[in-house]
Amino acid sequence: MNSATKSPTAERSHQDWVPIMELATREVFEMMLGCQLEGPTMAENGSFDITAMVGLAGKVCGVLTFSCGGKSAALMASKMLRVTVGEGSREVLDALGEICNMIAGNFKNKVAGLGEGCMLSVPTVITGKNYSMHSLRDSATLEIRLQFESLPIVVSLRTHT
Amino acid sequence: MPIRALIIDDSSVMRKIVERSLRQAGIDLTQVLEAGNGAEALAVLQANPVDLILCDINMPVMDGIQFVKQLSGVANAKDVPVVMITTEGSESHVVEALSCGARGYIRKPFTPDQVREQVLPVLAGKP
Repeated sequence: MNSATKSPTAERSHQDWVPIMELATREVFEMMLGCQLEGPTMAENGSFDITAMVGLAGKVCGVLTFSCGGKSAALMASKMLRVTVGEGSREVLDALGEICNMIAGNFKNKVAGLGEGCMLSVPTVITGKNYSMHSLRDSATLEIRLQFESLPIVVSLRTHT
Repeated sequence: MPIRALIIDDSSVMRKIVERSLRQAGIDLTQVLEAGNGAEALAVLQANPVDLILCDINMPVMDGIQFVKQLSGVANAKDVPVVMITTEGSESHVVEALSCGARGYIRKPFTPDQVREQVLPVLAGKP
């Protein structure tokens, strides 16, 4: 995935959200998948071919994305469902969307003022690596890189100014 | 006590997780019905009596709040207890859901213990 230009001023103003994003992500994996995330890590974007997205609107406008590889996505779905799920199946896409949705919800409920003033969209899941995201307004991007079963994952929050 | 449950969520994965969490909470499920949104759920309830409804809020077609509002018009289901399960954990959402008739509220992500704490009192008829 290619990112658009960042706004340094906006990026600085929300850096305190990074540990909250990480906590929100770790909690989702612990409570819903029964596993601990490792990291942070410095994984390259090239290994990610599934991205789930949830839009935010209200006091914060933007999009939260969750990216990982097909193998780790299938493993996540298998852990959520407690049965083996094949790569690329409908259940994998559904599980990734729900993980992203729960991270976004858990994150906004932890940030003072966002729980009440920010709505979430239903999730969208993109498969493939060769795409670009373009924001129509200046945006800042916060990102955390962790490991799930030694496989990289990335959670990114792009907010519009 | 054997329970017939209706689980409403646009995610089939989440419906299965909710069902598993109910069983882990020690609830004896004799029948589990599923619906992908509030409108589907209302259609299911026309022909299928249930004892408990677990409902997501943020769904396409008909969301959980609208579903709870319309449930009062379904003769054979208007008194069935509803527990909301959602990522929308704000106080105003909780108040709105409860004021519309929901009996409980579980925030995603959740543990089986949290499901048990919310659902068992509702099944016992406690406020």
